[in-house]
Amino acid sequence: MSATIQLGHGGGGQLGDELLRELLLPRLGNRHLNDLLDAATLEASGQERVALTIDGYVVQPTFFPGGDIGRLAVSGTVNDLAVCGARPIGLALGMILEEGTAREDLERVLDSVATTAREAEVEIVTGDTKVVGRGAGDGIYLTTAGVGLVPAERKLHPKRCRPGDVVLVSGTVGDHGMAVMLAREMPEVPSQLRSDVAPLQRMILQLLRELGDDVVFLRDPTRAGLAGVCADLATNSDCSVLLDESAIPIRPATRQAADLLGFDPLEVANEGKVVAVVRAGAVERALECLRENKYGRDAARIGVLGAPRPNAIARCEVQTRIGGRRFLSKPYGELLPRIC
Amino acid sequence: MQRHEQIRAWLDGIERLALQRSGPIRLMEVCGTHTTAIFRSGLPSLMPSNLQLLSGPGCPVCVTAQSEIDAMIELARQDLVLCSYGDMLRVPGIRGSLEQARGQGADVRTVYGALDVLRLAQSEPTRQFVFAAVGFETTAPATAALILQAQREGVCNLFVLTAHKRVLPALQALLSQDALPLDGIVLPGHVSIVLGANAYQELPDRFRLPMVIAGFEDWQLLQAIHHLLEQRIAGEHRLENLYPQAVLPAGNRSAQAMLERVFESVSAPWRGLGEIAGSGFGLRAEFADFDAARQFHIVPKASRAHSACRCGDIITGRAQPFDCALFARTCTPLHPLGPCMVSSEGTCQAWFKYRRTAAMELTR
Repeated sequence: MSATIQLGHGGGGQLGDELLRELLLPRLGNRHLNDLLDAATLEASGQERVALTIDGYVVQPTFFPGGDIGRLAVSGTVNDLAVCGARPIGLALGMILEEGTAREDLERVLDSVATTAREAEVEIVTGDTKVVGRGAGDGIYLTTAGVGLVPAERKLHPKRCRPGDVVLVSGTVGDHGMAVMLAREMPEVPSQLRSDVAPLQRMILQLLRELGDDVVFLRDPTRAGLAGVCADLATNSDCSVLLDESAIPIRPATRQAADLLGFDPLEVANEGKVVAVVRAGAVERALECLRENKYGRDAARIGVLGAPRPNAIARCEVQTRIGGRRFLSKPYGELLPRIC
Repeated sequence: MQRHEQIRAWLDGIERLALQRSGPIRLMEVCGTHTTAIFRSGLPSLMPSNLQLLSGPGCPVCVTAQSEIDAMIELARQDLVLCSYGDMLRVPGIRGSLEQARGQGADVRTVYGALDVLRLAQSEPTRQFVFAAVGFETTAPATAALILQAQREGVCNLFVLTAHKRVLPALQALLSQDALPLDGIVLPGHVSIVLGANAYQELPDRFRLPMVIAGFEDWQLLQAIHHLLEQRIAGEHRLENLYPQAVLPAGNRSAQAMLERVFESVSAPWRGLGEIAGSGFGLRAEFADFDAARQFHIVPKASRAHSACRCGDIITGRAQPFDCALFARTCTPLHPLGPCMVSSEGTCQAWFKYRRTAAMELTR
């Protein structure tokens, strides 16, 4: 195969087959993918429900400290399944490549997809490749759709939340967004920042196995960050949310980068964290379970749910370090373009 | 004393001192970063009911006059690349915002630092680049550095639309206005690093007001409020520098030298305060080749903001956000009608985002 991606590689013909044969199958091959059928048929038992999700990935730069678009594409979709209580059973991978992309870059990304999929205990079972002319795309865009199976009895939903339930986060917040932004906007600034991108299915499914119904709701704080998740929680549950600012784990390097670039770490994307709402009596067990996993070492209790407020404005609040109060609202919109 | 004990002591002190005054106590800050830091720290929720924390003309986007904003947007619609800090993008002009202009095909690019514009201009030598230079003495030195560097490297496709402003003349104009009785001023943090503490020396005596230079951490702001109140109740009016680790008496001399080299004081229009002599930074004749207004024949036109927008009153402390009929109704961060709601350092956005008002909580 040539050193760069050509238009023909997306044409579904012999050039496309060459790309599949030389780049994809050696890295991602399995009994489903090897057949190169239009769709993969996956097994499910009668008692389980099917979870389906999809996400597009357009992160710039393609390779950033701590990860790359390939790791992101697998982790993001696997985590979306896991927070619904689903065990991922297959991913479909769509690629839109810009003509002229270096073969080497695509290989690096696919290596990452393969490694992360192995860690996520899921296979890429089918996919698609398209190539657009130079300038019509931007390097590599990926889309992953994921399918998972949810046990019949599992019900994670904001409406199950009750006053007294506790909000946990599995670790430090703001790392991914700040790492990508700093790498993109100030590449000359030396930094310890690393994206936290990681597949969390093992940690989440273990939590669900151990705590069962005591886990009420799960969400991964990607774009819009912790603030987005908590503001949504306050809107969609019939509870108010009160977070304790001094309990929210934030890396000093992340805080510094956020200060430098003018962002609030609570509003910045995470790609390897989960927010969990659990019953009060299960908090210690939940924290112990999360901390046993390498991605949950810094898990912390960060807030509590309270009685519903008639006034929608004040439903989600933060108790600040000096004992004051302020609202936490969902960020407006494109705070940080192209970080996922 | 441990930090948290200190915090407790200051909070108790503020409570005690405020009781000694029956009427309202008004403290004003004049720095957009202070506005945000104060709200994020939850300070307003901890103040005694008669203590008001007002925001003055400290948000660089908010004080930019409508005519200056419209000039930027007009430029963006020409065949050139307009570079601006992110916050300017959504400020509404007479014919839409920079962001909307971009959506309609204008080449508008966000930069984090002024020198980014040089890199861009050098990487695309066939295009003309205009930098919308907004901000106070904090960002003006970076613009000066940009121009000096561009001159050194012989870059000919880079221009600057200068809308930089000087804080001191505006502060003096505001305090001379007499409109609003104030009890103390929190002086800006970043601007003071450049200007130095000595720059404010004669102000407390002239206006008979306590003034304090403060940092940005929650405890530093609390300390500033406490010290202002302490002075005021004791009938004193002194300058106190509570940020000595960053603010030196003479300030940052090399930054000042760069400003002096590239800019001269000119008259400038301020939202809410009108035209103030000597309050703007204009390019010296030597750098006229970099002047976007000259290059592209921009003539300042008097423009008007949305008729019911009270940004001008809000940034001068004459009104608070909920005094504006548009606030939180038709003017929200999602659909802003004025710069105070657009800017991340704007008073209205801070109120909306962090703490609307107790009154609104009860009525909704």
